[in-house]
Amino acid sequence: MLRIACPWCGARDETEFGYGGEAHVALPADAAQLSDAAWAEYLFMRSNPKGRHRERWVHTHGCRRWFNVVRDTTTERIFAVYLAGSPPAQLPDEPA
Amino acid sequence: MGDDASMRRFIGRDLVLGECPARACVELRGDPDDASFVRAVRTVTDLPLPLDPGRSAAGLLASILWLGPDRWLVCSDTQAGSDLAASLRAALAAIACAVVDVGAARIVYAVGGSNARAVLAKGCSLDLHERKFPLGHCAQTLLAKAPVLVHLSGAEPTFEIHVARSLRDYAWAWLRAAASEYAAEADDA
Amino acid sequence: MSQPKRTDAGGRIDRLRVLRFQFDGRRYQGYCGDTLASALLANDVHLTARSFKYHRPRGILALGAEEPNALVQLEQGAYTEPNVRATQIELYDGLIAHSQNRWPALGFDLGALNDTFSPLLPAGFYYKTFMWPASMWLRYEKAIRRMAGLGRAPCLPDPDRYDRMHAHCDVLVVGAGPAGLSAALSAARSGARVILADEQTEAGGQLLWERYDIDGHPAMAWVASVMAELAAAPEVRILARTLVSGYYDHNFVVACQRFDSPRSSAHAPRQRLWKIRAREVVLATGAVERALVFPDNDRPGIMLAGAVRGYLNRFGVTAGSRVVIATVGDDGYRTALDLASAGVAIAAVLDLRVRAAGFLPQQARARGIEVLTGQRIVATGGRMRVSAVRVQPFAGGTIREIACDLVAMSGGWIPTVHLFSQARGRLRFDARAGAFVPGEAMQPVRCAGSVQAAWLLHEALAQGFAAGGAAAQACGLEPARALELPQVSEPEATAADVALAHRGERASRRKQFVDFQADVTLADVGLAAREGYDAIEHLKRYTTAGMGVDQGKMGNANVVALLADARGEAAGTIGMSTFRPPYQPVSFSAIAGMDAGELFDPVRRTPMHEWHRRHGAVFEDAGQWKRACYYPRAGETLHASVQRECLAVRRGVGMLDASTLGKIDIQGPDAAEFLERIYCNPVRSLAPGRCRYGLMLKQDGMVFDDGVIARLAETHFLLTTTTGGAARVAAWLEEWLQTEWPMLKTYCTPVTEQYAQVAVSGPHSVELLAPLCSVDIRAMPFMSVRTGYVAGIGARIFRLSFAGGLGYEIAVPADRGYELWTTLMGAGERFDIAPYGTEAMHVLRAEKGFIIVGQETDGTVSPIDLGLDRLVRSDKFFIGQRSLARPDARRADRRQLVGLLTENPHEVLAEGTQLVAAPCTLARVAAEPVPMLGYVTSSYFSPSCGRSIALALVEAGVARIGQTLHAPLATRCVKVTLTAPRFVGDSDEVLHG
Ligand SMILES: [Zn+2]
Repeated sequence: MLRIACPWCGARDETEFGYGGEAHVALPADAAQLSDAAWAEYLFMRSNPKGRHRERWVHTHGCRRWFNVVRDTTTERIFAVYLAGSPPAQLPDEPA
Repeated sequence: MGDDASMRRFIGRDLVLGECPARACVELRGDPDDASFVRAVRTVTDLPLPLDPGRSAAGLLASILWLGPDRWLVCSDTQAGSDLAASLRAALAAIACAVVDVGAARIVYAVGGSNARAVLAKGCSLDLHERKFPLGHCAQTLLAKAPVLVHLSGAEPTFEIHVARSLRDYAWAWLRAAASEYAAEADDA
Repeated sequence: MSQPKRTDAGGRIDRLRVLRFQFDGRRYQGYCGDTLASALLANDVHLTARSFKYHRPRGILALGAEEPNALVQLEQGAYTEPNVRATQIELYDGLIAHSQNRWPALGFDLGALNDTFSPLLPAGFYYKTFMWPASMWLRYEKAIRRMAGLGRAPCLPDPDRYDRMHAHCDVLVVGAGPAGLSAALSAARSGARVILADEQTEAGGQLLWERYDIDGHPAMAWVASVMAELAAAPEVRILARTLVSGYYDHNFVVACQRFDSPRSSAHAPRQRLWKIRAREVVLATGAVERALVFPDNDRPGIMLAGAVRGYLNRFGVTAGSRVVIATVGDDGYRTALDLASAGVAIAAVLDLRVRAAGFLPQQARARGIEVLTGQRIVATGGRMRVSAVRVQPFAGGTIREIACDLVAMSGGWIPTVHLFSQARGRLRFDARAGAFVPGEAMQPVRCAGSVQAAWLLHEALAQGFAAGGAAAQACGLEPARALELPQVSEPEATAADVALAHRGERASRRKQFVDFQADVTLADVGLAAREGYDAIEHLKRYTTAGMGVDQGKMGNANVVALLADARGEAAGTIGMSTFRPPYQPVSFSAIAGMDAGELFDPVRRTPMHEWHRRHGAVFEDAGQWKRACYYPRAGETLHASVQRECLAVRRGVGMLDASTLGKIDIQGPDAAEFLERIYCNPVRSLAPGRCRYGLMLKQDGMVFDDGVIARLAETHFLLTTTTGGAARVAAWLEEWLQTEWPMLKTYCTPVTEQYAQVAVSGPHSVELLAPLCSVDIRAMPFMSVRTGYVAGIGARIFRLSFAGGLGYEIAVPADRGYELWTTLMGAGERFDIAPYGTEAMHVLRAEKGFIIVGQETDGTVSPIDLGLDRLVRSDKFFIGQRSLARPDARRADRRQLVGLLTENPHEVLAEGTQLVAAPCTLARVAAEPVPMLGYVTSSYFSPSCGRSIALALVEAGVARIGQTLHAPLATRCVKVTLTAPRFVGDSDEVLHG
């Protein structure tokens, strides 16, 4: 079971959180203008990397806030936690 | 037996469990960066709005518990829930915020005594060590399978556990089961 | 009763406290401090089990968790527990245990015929023989399982208490041997919060039985002083009898603590599962001894040499009276010397190495013990107990027979790396130790002592001190004041040659066991390799090596070494199979903890629950809620009760507890704009004081939830959601507000629990309520809300009805709900009011064609499919809008909601019944599949219609209205006519109000 540091409440057990999938998938401003294929791309297609993944979590049983996490999907190591709405976290050893 | 069931109580070795009398509780939402909001809350409650996660403020009129970066629980033993809500609404009338009466939505159980931490640790994954969870601290978490708000309200220690009214029986049954190993020897748990 | 194999003195047992116990029906005595295994050996009982596959007689082999043979059924009836290692059962007075896997008796077991015919049972035999033909497997399986069974699971509810405890610490130390104790001590002296967990009843690890001096005193004196210091430290928690079984992500460690022997109080738990979150972990998990592979190496009386020494020194038990010791290193000589000191005859020490010149061999020779070097065991004799070994030099030559009743074998030591490996740590082959040791760690974990192949006591102590201090420092604590390492005198040991341990006799036709518990032999490993299963993970599955309940703790090392030999590669190059939790089986009861019975899943009750219960309501589960389903009067069936309740609502007045409906308070200057985006209906146009039915869609355009939107004031709304959807919807709203539209000033507060809600429905509802209400409810338009008092209780009064027809819903603070309900019931007596439950509510709404989310929808149903597209505004943005604009959303052959009428008006189809074009039965369909056109979503007998009614989702359903379809049942077929999805009155009243 993971221990996730909510940016507000601090480290809590994974059972308190909900998972929200890949982060930084922007809602298209002009959805009406998009082709069906482009809309489907936005709606359904997500990256599924082996390694570092920027993803959304929500502290369901705590402060109820959504936030972003950079997690390694193979080691479960968490590299960064940052507020929803912030730009993607850059890690020091990662190309920008 | 209706909703006004008799108060629940259990006394064990270095352990007291009990149901607290109903109290006024209001959920308050607003922008902590809005000075007029913070000031208005202070006018009504005579308390500073706790801005740090897990902190609370307690005074004669009321106490305020941090629930989220824009969410607080204001409780009072001395006022009716509707009065507390009304006075807050009046003071906050011109400010974008929300004042919602939630007093009837919850049951508060008190878990006190030197075995209180052990009882709670059976179902709560928070670190309740006195350095990590000091007096006045509060946290929303899970106790067994019930979402709860845990508040260390007394140094003895006494923890107050807020739980949804519908889970009143479940939470009490769980607390009693967790406490059974601390039953006084003559007691039948 | 005497204990023939008990020494006169010594051991960590209390000879004044005699404990009686039974094994296989015979009565024995042991002492306080014994394990079941040591007490059996004290009574000269070696034979304790039959092996898993060949039913060979087996005895106690080891000292602890690694024991592969002596699994017993502990206790009887409801208290029974199967597959418990006798070596880990703390003896208590009155203990009853039975051997397993034998029939009819341990000494005479019919299954042993498997051994006689064993050339027919090679590795993979079951896979090869019994899987074909497939239809026969079920028959074979029964017989095979009876023969191969282990213990029996209890059939009665577990009468004991179990619980679970969360714990947090800076440094968790696993193992209280010399390395673990010194790690705990140095961490504790740094001021760290320390948890020290050890599976034994007392701390010390190997010091409980090894004869070392520390600082000039017996080692246990040092153990006692360390334990005293740790016990006095305020931040140290010592968990004895606690076996760490799982090491998960983020330093989450699970351990099981036993309190079971003997049970001190009815209130105390029998076992407790610890869930420990540690910042740093020190693993001092030690090592287990490796067995030697030789022909018939599994006879009772053939034991691990360290275990023999342990039983002697810790329990005062001599496991034999004439002993042969077979060893590949100096360690075996310790056993010889200790036994000799206790007056046990040593027939010979057989050293497989060519040279034995170290300090310990010299000591042995000096005591007159015969040492044979460069020789090995080529055969053993004795059926229920070893009686002799035959030995021969590796170089060849004469075979000599040595009579004995105990063989102590020492094949070197295997570090217990399981937990390190579970923590995703990489293992590294240590050629010097001939074993896998911890390599790169992937979590904050350190290892110390023999788990790192640090065999010498002073090394273990030094590593422990260092690891404990480093762990505390990693937690940001100052290192402890200079710690003085205790002084130890121990003989230099020459290296063991562990490669000799698994060598075996390739030419022998006798069985040479590698994995004792899974009955895997040297020949099996060779066969698997020859047949191509020569990767370690394949070999494991093919031979079942390592798949017993011991997970091959002892056997894996030899299996891996043999496989490397078979592949002609160096040991250590072929890797190790992955260790997975648990290290040792954990009982289901311990895992369940308190979450059993009424605590299994939380039950949520409404404020009026007690009234329903006392008035005979039958409850149904709606998520965690208990809802009154119907209120049968004396002798009434479900059907009769529901028909009566429905008619009361249609003709008089009925009352439903609607408190479980989700309720969310929405406030803020942008509340209307926010809800405009959330609902597919228009919201901004809703006037204060009015209500509207609303549908929420997911981004894919499919219905997600429905409910009523009430506008209480310009910037204040109250939404209702489905009972099951309350939490989901609240989370959904927060997600959009926080992540997409944080600029909207809107606050959402779930208030489901704050209000009790009562639906008062039926033509007499207004006469019942009007005198009790502070507002003129007759003046309230349909779909409106007012605030006032009902029976003196502050309330919100809604004029709306999910049942259709005239109706009101009253919401009051939950603590007044019971009072409101009883007052209304009392006032309703003169109208012959009837409480109605969810079943009647379902019938009533189906009559009106109102959907239930989750019943008429399943995540693939859009508002268009439901015929609710007139609610959907196309001139605004809302969630799901873009998806509904796809041509596919208006495809004519999508499944659409329709009504169904069966040909026979008394036929009530089961929900889920499928619909097809032509008459047929399910039996026919099974043989000749036909396309399914749709299925029944709701189906009832409607008293208002005097016949059955149903709702269904049917392909191109709207176009088929008026046509007939067929519902195939098991042996017949039901003809149905499609209709519009409404059966009573005008369904538009709620939707358009
Ligand atoms: Zn949080």
